[in-house]
Amino acid sequence: MFLKDYISDVFNATKSLLKGMRRTGYYFTHHKEIITQQYPEVKQALPERFRGEVVMPHDENNEHACTGCTACELACPNATIKIITKFDVTPDGKKKKALDTFVYHLELCTMCNLCVQACPTDAIKMAQTFEHSVYDRSRLTKKLNEPGSKIRAGVE
Amino acid sequence: MYRETQIIKHAQKASSNGGNLEEAGDLVINVGPQHPSTHGVLHLVITLHGETIKNVEPHLGYIHRSIEKMCESLSYRQFIYVTSRMDYLSSHINNHGCAMCVEKGLQVEIPPRAKVIRVLMDELTRLASHQLWWGAMAMDVGALTPFFHAFREREMINDIMEETCGARLTMNYMVPGGVMYDIHPNFQKRVKEFIEEFKKKIDEYDELVTGNIIFQNRMKGVGYLTKEDAISYGCTGPTARGSGVSCDIRKLYPYEVYDQVQFNEIIETDGDCFARYLVRMQEMRQSLSMVEQLIDNIPEGDFQAKTKAVLKLPKGEFYSKIETARGEFGVYIVSEGGTTPYRIKFRSPGFSNLSALNHMAKGYKIGDLVAIMGTLDLVIPDIDR
Repeated sequence: MFLKDYISDVFNATKSLLKGMRRTGYYFTHHKEIITQQYPEVKQALPERFRGEVVMPHDENNEHACTGCTACELACPNATIKIITKFDVTPDGKKKKALDTFVYHLELCTMCNLCVQACPTDAIKMAQTFEHSVYDRSRLTKKLNEPGSKIRAGVE
Repeated sequence: MYRETQIIKHAQKASSNGGNLEEAGDLVINVGPQHPSTHGVLHLVITLHGETIKNVEPHLGYIHRSIEKMCESLSYRQFIYVTSRMDYLSSHINNHGCAMCVEKGLQVEIPPRAKVIRVLMDELTRLASHQLWWGAMAMDVGALTPFFHAFREREMINDIMEETCGARLTMNYMVPGGVMYDIHPNFQKRVKEFIEEFKKKIDEYDELVTGNIIFQNRMKGVGYLTKEDAISYGCTGPTARGSGVSCDIRKLYPYEVYDQVQFNEIIETDGDCFARYLVRMQEMRQSLSMVEQLIDNIPEGDFQAKTKAVLKLPKGEFYSKIETARGEFGVYIVSEGGTTPYRIKFRSPGFSNLSALNHMAKGYKIGDLVAIMGTLDLVIPDIDR
């Protein structure tokens, strides 16, 4: 009896194994169903909502929409954003708060999107770039407003 | 590692008079924290007699990030993203639980569209989590191919998440008051494609692994957990449901729209590894049917309720619980009326499930330990927080 059980066990195990191996053999012979992508050569287009890093879009006149209100700085959970403001003098002699430097620490950012949601003027957005590796850590600290840029007229 | 082993040995010798852990001929070995079969930085001190396990002692703290303490300095909008880093395989569901607790405090009613989107996302996350578990489980007991099969289907869900939420693993999509964005125009089409595809593939899963006699022999009769023990150890989720405990929060305390969809609570009564395996396999089919029911019935309307820019919870204590892929996840907030919580406590399912490991593994061979741990579906950052 023991021998009979043993042989039937071996037979059943081989049968179930072959059943599973049939699946493997199917994919072995059907190359078109293989979904591996050759990453550095073939790059898949990322969806528009993909969160890669925070950027500040500038228009053709080198103008941005950031008023320096620090809503994003307050919304950020990791102190990723530091906004340095200055006082511009308007033509009629009044002082007006404006953005001097928008410091963005990519090394601290978790791409949670809370800053973009908090921005009242849509001055910042998430970009689709994701290959962030650099040789020096200090290069991850970025200044988002471009040199010489100023606030777009009409944005309050 | 060597030093730690010595410390543990001394500690065990000191307590061995009462506990009688170590006898002559016993061997104490360390599995982990960097061991490929433990799914993360879990350190197990195993006392062996020959190949038989006498005692398993999990040592925690290798990935402790003090998330509960961190949350005390973050505002009610900010703390939600941190919980994605706990149980990273059900990050949507963790975020959902936290958002629900904040909404309970604010007494905000979220729009019906947001409710349905949340449930859809939860079930897709559960599917993705169970798929990964299935692949890792089969890999634990020696089958490598299923891992790639599982990741192929999981990729489809990840793509859907990426398109709608903007991220693949730590989405931060649930916000107090609803969801962050409306669903992507392609969302319904792609989910339907996924359902069609996965219905075929889940039968393939069964063909490949479930019916395999070698796999069944590894799983059946191993790691018994009785119903009484499952309750007394505080096990929840598929681990407890494999022992016949009815503990599905979605069924017992329905939240969002779970009382409007048709689904069964899967309960197996065997209590061994194979029962827990079957529970998860059938839960995948239930999740699939839930997604199928809801995907064409997303009501029109807002996806987010109007909330104030700065959230302030009234003074008091708030608790909400939710069913993650691993069990009951509870969020307990103590508020003093300010913008940040006074204290936050998370009840994570993995911690309680792990506490039953010693009980389940005692008396079995060391090779069975990996199978038992696989069916517990451990995510170590969830245990350590």
